[in-house]
Amino acid sequence: MQLIACPWCGPREEIEFSYGGQAAVAYPADPASLSDEQWARFVFFRDNPKGPFAERWVHSAGCRRWFGAVRDTRTYEFLSVGPLSATTARTSVLPEATP
Amino acid sequence: MSRIEGYGRIDRSRHVTVTVDGAAYTGHPGDSLASVLLAHDARPANTGVKLGRPRGIGASWTEDPTGLVQVEEPFPEPMLLATTVEATDGLVARGVNGQGRLSEVPDLARYDRLHTHCDVLVIGAGPAGLVAARTAARRGDDVVLVDDRPTAGGTLTGTETIDGRPSLDVVDEIVAELTTSPNVTHLQRTTAFGHYDDGFVLALERRTSHTDDGGLARRSRQRVHRIRAARIVVAAGAIERPIVLEDNDRPGIMLAASARDFLHRYGVLAGREVVVFTSDDAAYAAAVDLHDAGASVQVLDARATAPTLWSRRCADRGIAVTANTHVHGTRGEDRITAALVGPERREVACDLLLTSGGWNPTAHLFSHVGGRLAYDPSLGAFRPAAPRPGVEVIGAADGTFGLADILRQAGGVGAPPANEEPRDPTAVLWRTDGDPTRQFVDIQRDATVADIARAVGAGMTSVEHVKRYTTIGTAHDQGKTSGVIASGITAELLGRPVEDLGTTTFRPPYTPVAFAALAGRERGDLFDPVRTTPIHDRHVAAGAEFEDVGQWKRARHYPHPGENMTDAVLRECAAVRTSVGIMDASTLGKIDVRGPDAAVLLDRLYTNMMSSLKVGRVRYGVMCGNDGMVFDDGTVLRLADDRFLVTTTTGNAAAVLDWMEEWLQTEWPELRVRLTSVTEQWSIFAVAGPRSRDVVGAVFADLDVSNEAFGFMTWHDTALDGVPVRLARISFSGELAFEVSVSAWYAPAVWARLLEAGRDHGITPYGTETMHVLRAEKGYPIIGQDTDGTVSPHDLGMAWAVSKKKPDFVGRRSFGRPQNQDPLRKQLVSLLPTDAATKLPEGSQIVRFADDGRLPAPPVPMLGHVTSSYHSAALDRPFALALVKGGRERIGEVVGVPVAGELVPALIGETVLVDPEGARRDG
Repeated sequence: MQLIACPWCGPREEIEFSYGGQAAVAYPADPASLSDEQWARFVFFRDNPKGPFAERWVHSAGCRRWFGAVRDTRTYEFLSVGPLSATTARTSVLPEATP
Repeated sequence: MSRIEGYGRIDRSRHVTVTVDGAAYTGHPGDSLASVLLAHDARPANTGVKLGRPRGIGASWTEDPTGLVQVEEPFPEPMLLATTVEATDGLVARGVNGQGRLSEVPDLARYDRLHTHCDVLVIGAGPAGLVAARTAARRGDDVVLVDDRPTAGGTLTGTETIDGRPSLDVVDEIVAELTTSPNVTHLQRTTAFGHYDDGFVLALERRTSHTDDGGLARRSRQRVHRIRAARIVVAAGAIERPIVLEDNDRPGIMLAASARDFLHRYGVLAGREVVVFTSDDAAYAAAVDLHDAGASVQVLDARATAPTLWSRRCADRGIAVTANTHVHGTRGEDRITAALVGPERREVACDLLLTSGGWNPTAHLFSHVGGRLAYDPSLGAFRPAAPRPGVEVIGAADGTFGLADILRQAGGVGAPPANEEPRDPTAVLWRTDGDPTRQFVDIQRDATVADIARAVGAGMTSVEHVKRYTTIGTAHDQGKTSGVIASGITAELLGRPVEDLGTTTFRPPYTPVAFAALAGRERGDLFDPVRTTPIHDRHVAAGAEFEDVGQWKRARHYPHPGENMTDAVLRECAAVRTSVGIMDASTLGKIDVRGPDAAVLLDRLYTNMMSSLKVGRVRYGVMCGNDGMVFDDGTVLRLADDRFLVTTTTGNAAAVLDWMEEWLQTEWPELRVRLTSVTEQWSIFAVAGPRSRDVVGAVFADLDVSNEAFGFMTWHDTALDGVPVRLARISFSGELAFEVSVSAWYAPAVWARLLEAGRDHGITPYGTETMHVLRAEKGYPIIGQDTDGTVSPHDLGMAWAVSKKKPDFVGRRSFGRPQNQDPLRKQLVSLLPTDAATKLPEGSQIVRFADDGRLPAPPVPMLGHVTSSYHSAALDRPFALALVKGGRERIGEVVGVPVAGELVPALIGETVLVDPEGARRDG
């Protein structure tokens, strides 16, 4: 049972938390201007790196606040946590579609 | 009797009687079931699982691969080791023929859970653990010390000298100091069985196993300690490794240290004529001690030369020591009668054969958290290879075997001194020459060297594969004595070094743990929280049948005497359509959405426009995910410019709140909105049917409930005896209907008033099943029943609920994807079986007929499936809702639904089957 350091509550057991997937995938500023493929990439595609990964987490059974974390997907170790805005710059630029 | 005066830590002044396989045996408090049996030269009536050969007691603690018993009294439990069952008066057990039997009576004992946080957790109260715990305690750390045996001291027998005194005196002294230290929790009979991330250890405490009455009336039987420690010291000792030889499974063959343990702990001599076969020094201590207790002993050492000091000690006593000699097999029927010694297999008479091939460090709890083990050829064993942060392994668990070294490792400069004993190196010997089909590696699994050879012959080169093929290491003991030997023999057969091969992975639990202990108090009614509405007892009194909706208990229908569910639902439906019914809808999710930007948030999350909703009005809304698929639906009441009350489906209440919070916190933190769940604060009763206006008007006389004053999809606040009540014209049945909302505290009173006012109209309480039929007759989908996460609002025929004015909302962009425009998407339609008699089973597939009216040739193309199906009182026939490919284009088409091997024709139609023009809505 891993401990996750909630930025507001401190270390708590992992069952109190829920995973929110990759961080810094901002909702597009103007979805209507996107091609179908660009939109599909926003909806369905996420990175899956081996190693450090910027993620969103929420302390569901605690303060219910969302926060950002960088976690090593090989070891599950949380390398850093912080408010979403601090650890994961929000961006309106979508990842480039690979042809 | 093999009880020896002057030995053991049992209480000889008192007696206990145990019954094993129908025979009564007398023992003493402090005995194990195994020691009582050995004291009477008896064993449980055990046989091996596959071959049916007799089995005895092979060790003195959890490593015993053979001495399993089924305990019948005081509490039935299968597959316990006789060595770990404490002898209490009245205990009844019997031998196990390979497999245990689950108890057939309920477990009335309590099981508990306790959370502990500490600076240091020390696992094992042998010399290493005791000194480590004392050192930490003196430093001021919060210390938890756990040990699985009834008393502290580990393998110390009392013959050793520590600090110039008998070792057990020093143990008592340290235990006394720990007991009086306020910062120490010392738990015996407590097995650390699992070690997880971040210093988390689970330990099972047996709290009643040593008391005659089971102690069940006063305390929980077992307790799982959930310990979170900043630092963990594993001082779990080591387990002796046997040497595999032909017919090594006979009763009367035991680990050398175990025979010594039986003598010093219980005063039991496990045999009179003893052969000790060893490749390690430690077995000599057993030889000497058993001799001193009266046994006739000889030692056969597999090594080229016997250790000098031990040879002299043996010579002083007349114990014959023969070096460079192997035992190759045994003779005997129910018990060993001879060892077969040397290449010529000379018969040496004995009633006890002790083997020792060295020691395996008990590093399981280091390995559980990913600690890497490496083979140490000087030990013939795997030991911790690299440190893990926060975990230390000390003493024999780390491969340190001399007592003086162990104490130094545990306590540093302040450690008590002990005599330095010279140790000759262990000779690594997995097995001697013999018939591999009778050389047992895992005695409990009846798995032999021949089985390993078969695995290797079949091409397996990994110990993990060999383990699964042979089942070695999968029994109750999880290979405590067999695992390393299996690696060694596999390596030998493959012709590879065991270093390269490694060993199988240790996983929790270290020893078996009862499911009841893991469940703790979360059984029966406490397994999962049960949520009931404030008028639950009224439903019970009215004879309701309930269904589970999430954690809620919801009244499903209210059968009258003699009615089945179909009868009751038809009656309740007819009451709503012809007079008036009332339903407890309190479980609906309710979210108070408040703030200057509340309307902006709802506009972004609902497909409908919510900002244009006027205060006092109600709008039905649909929520989608980014993929444009329906996620939830419900009504939205605008309470004020900056305040809405949102309702959700019962099952999705938490998910919708989470969804709204996620967007608010992560995407639009600039919006000034607060979300509050008010699900349990408000009770809601739906009063539905042509007479509902009369009932509501009678109860809330101050309110004008006429259609002109109180129109459809509006709400009004009023009061009843000073209690605020909210009424809303919302209908989920198509009938004239009012939803009455009141603080949950007053729900029973308001429910009673409504029933009272409706009595003359025959007001009928109706349940969720009736509600489902009524809404299906109107084509209203249930999210999660008629949808499955792949259904868009358009698929449901709800394009009208999708705003064309809003530039964006969650899901909007996906509606434009070609996949969402596909005319062959499954769409919600009704299905009327043309025989007007068959109720189509929900989930049934829908297929097109072949031209001859039969099933087409396989593969049969699937058109869709039935999502809801009921008998309709209003239509006087069964009907269904279904998702059908291109369904709306097929309206009027007859399709086939296979039911019990027959193809039932069914007509596709519009979803609204009752009152399509909506004439009944306003009464």
